[in-house]
Order: sequence, then structure tokens, then C-alpha cells
Amino acid sequence: MPRYYTEEHEWIDVDGDVATVGITDFAQGQLGDIVFVEVPDTGAELSQGGDAAVVESVKAASDVYAPVDGTVTEGNNQLEEDPALVNSDPEGEGWFFRLALSDKSQLDGLMDAAAYKAFCDAL
Amino acid sequence: MTETEQLDEEVAIEAATEVLPLDAWHRAKGGRMVEFAGYWMPIQYEGIMAEHLWVREHAGLFDVSHMGQLTLSGDKVAEALETLVPGDISALKPGRMRYSLLLDEDGGILDDLMITNEGDQYGIVVNGAVKWEDIGHLRESLPDDITLNHNEDYGLLALQGPKAVTALTRLVPEAVGLVFMQAMRATWNGHAIAISRSGYTGEDGFEISLPNEVLNAFSDALCAMDEVKPIGLGARDSLRLEAGLPLYGHDLDPTIDPVEGDLAFAISKRRREEGGFPGAARILGHLADGSPRKRVGLLVDGKMPVREGAKLFDGNTEIGVVTSGGFAPSVGAPIAMGYVPTGLSEPGTAIAAEVRGKRVACTVAAMPFVPHNYVRKTGA
Repeated sequence: MPRYYTEEHEWIDVDGDVATVGITDFAQGQLGDIVFVEVPDTGAELSQGGDAAVVESVKAASDVYAPVDGTVTEGNNQLEEDPALVNSDPEGEGWFFRLALSDKSQLDGLMDAAAYKAFCDAL
Repeated sequence: MTETEQLDEEVAIEAATEVLPLDAWHRAKGGRMVEFAGYWMPIQYEGIMAEHLWVREHAGLFDVSHMGQLTLSGDKVAEALETLVPGDISALKPGRMRYSLLLDEDGGILDDLMITNEGDQYGIVVNGAVKWEDIGHLRESLPDDITLNHNEDYGLLALQGPKAVTALTRLVPEAVGLVFMQAMRATWNGHAIAISRSGYTGEDGFEISLPNEVLNAFSDALCAMDEVKPIGLGARDSLRLEAGLPLYGHDLDPTIDPVEGDLAFAISKRRREEGGFPGAARILGHLADGSPRKRVGLLVDGKMPVREGAKLFDGNTEIGVVTSGGFAPSVGAPIAMGYVPTGLSEPGTAIAAEVRGKRVACTVAAMPFVPHNYVRKTGA
């Protein structure tokens, strides 16, 4: 299952026409203690680079953007009860939402793990 | 170089972020540095939540050297200060300190500050973000025969938390004799320092003023103790919010007077009777008849934080704005501070805040959100 990364520090796992989206370990480390996550409603139409979710740390609220166009099929309801999952397992149990991809060609513009690591190292 | 270029350069120099004496110390401790009040300062070390909770249980060391440490000396300093602030400074005994407010001619708050009677002079600690304006205002307003010094050779540390007294008295045993809002001079390793039992967290604790060249060694000596960890600005903000303490530039500004800011306690009894402070007509009027709006605490329903700038509503009517807010680690829920009409300022009043287009139920709450733990008697 290929995983792609954005310059806004989202990750996206693609499985056929469906993808899972979250924020990277680097991002959670920068944000610090996560106290609230707002995931999109099922059925929401997202467009690449547009607002998709909100993640709030003790000190600030940050937007999470849609890595690609798609329709939300599921938000991670676990984050409502336990937002700290984003800190403890950002690239696993701390996923944000799933979406049905509208345009798989958009994935070509995203980074792979090696490119994302180089991107973060340069920050 | 043309005159324009010179001006540009001056603007650039003025805008450059400055480095505090402990900068390298913070970085070596893992501090994540951010720009604040014109300085690079640590927002956090291990994490805001852990640091916040550490201060409530143990002791945390904060570097607040960005704040302005001023001294006033000369004849009739107290009387002169009373023309600028609403406190009874004449009644302030040597070794005592008082929270006060620098007011503009309309009674608007220019800054909140601490005034200490140091015996031979008065010490004033002002907010870092407005210290240059404060210095200008004081110099312009005070008689020329009063000497104003800005002690840039001194840093300021705050040691806060229930274990602060245990830790500090290992280095300066005589500090045990202080109670809340008392101050003293002391020496440490031959250096003259000043200590007050005060702070900005709601916990017992001390603020220690010491020469810049001593800051490293003193901070190391404290942080070598099991009780003490360095704490960043992030936890300083969440701790003071829980303690119900306003932050200048956010919860207080020149459009707000002391009554609106729920700081009427800073207007001393004698001053209420005599007036003679800036904006006395407006402020005494608000004391007698109530102010149109008031700073209140807000308990927020659910888990979504309500932050600075969020509008407040009573039904469909916009009634005010949140001036500080966030997740409160010791409360375990979001809390906020903001301004509402005085008629809606009673604890228990149900209102709503708007966050990203959604209404969040809030309840006006008495402050502090977490009880203060000040030490008001020695040997207690």
C-alpha cells in the first residue's frame, strides 16, 4: 500500500480508490500535545489543498488540508474521545479520515517517504 | 547612503529579534525558541502539558528576563507614581509589593505592573512587550528630579510551584521568611540579588532578579534539583489562564479600564475616596454604577478549545469577545476569558462562543479556575 506525503505534513495511504489521511510524526512533534481534533463529516467533498480537518494543541489550532480531491467516507471517531492518539500513533491509530479518491493522478504530485524525509531535514 | 536608506536600516535594526542572556542555556535544555515580545524565548521544552502539570505539583523555572526591570529613586516617588496608577503607593511599606496599573488619561490600561518598595527606591516590573512605551510614559510624566533606571544588566527568573520554597531556600535560606507579595535583597555566591514571593501561575513561588552573568549558574543550580524543571512560555500562559490572571495586550489594553478588566481590587480605598489618578472620573463612575462590560471567566462545554478572537453570543446577539482561551491542563477542559456586558457577567450565566462558524455553549465562571496557593503566613 503506497504512502504519500504533502509539504503540509499530511500522509495519505492509498488502497485502490480509497485512501486514509493523517498528519505525520514530524507534524505532531511540532504541534505538541493534541487536545482536540475535528474530522470532516462523511460525505464531505474535499478538494486538494482545501481545509479538511482541524487539529488543536494546547497552544494553537491548525488546519489539516486535503492531500487530494475526494469524498469523505469515514472520520476517525476515536479522536473525539482520545485526541492524544495523534501524538502517540500519528501514522497509525491517529489517522484523521478516509476518502474515495476523485483523481488518482493527483498522487503523482506528492512526495514518497524518502522525499518527505529530505523535505523535513531541510526545514 | 541616502537618508531613506539610513531610516530603513534603523527600522530593520529595531525590528530584529533580540537574544536574552540565557538563550544558549534554553537551547541546550531542548527549549523550542519562538519570537515573543521582541525576543527569542522558549515556548516549551518537553511539552506544554507535562510542564504545566509539573509546576502544579513540583517547581518550574521560567526565564522572564524579557520583562522590564525599572527603578525609581528621588524625592516623593510614591506621590509621583500615584499620579499615574490607582494604587495606594504611599502606604506600601518597605519590603512590600503591589500589583498596579499604568493608566492613560481616560483610565485605559497602558500596562499592568508590580511595584515594590525597596526601601531606598521603588522597583517596577513591567511587561516586556510594552516596556519601551512604559519607560517613555514614565519619563515623560514623572518630575525630572526622579531618577528612572532600566536595569538591563539584570535578568529575571520565576520559580513557581509548591516545591519552589524547598528548592530556593537551599540556595538562599533567608527567602523562607517572605510571604506572598513581600520582597527582599539577598546575596548568592557573593552576588547581590533581589527576591520576591510572587508570580504568574497561581502557585506559591518566587521571582528572582539577578545580574545577567549569574543567570546561567543560578539556573543550573536550581535545575540540578529533583524538584525543578525549566518551563516554557506555553505553560506560563496556560497556568496564568487557569489562575484567572489577565495577559496584557490580550485581556487588557488601552480601551479597557480597571473596573471593566475586573481589577477593581487594584484601586485602593484611599484612592477611591480621593481620586487623583488618570481617568478617575470614568473609573470612579464605573465603580459606583457598574461598567458596561466586564472581564469574565468561561467554562467551555465539550472539548473544542475557544480561543482569542472568538465572538460571544447571547442567543443571536453578539455580546462580546474572547481575549484568551485554550485547553486547561489542570482543569482537563477548555477554558477562556473574555468581555461580556456586566448584566451577563454573573457566574452561571449561559452564553455561547462562535468557533469556525459553530456555536459552543459556555458558562460564565468565577475565577480563578484553579485555586490560588499563595503563602500568606510564614510557618503555616
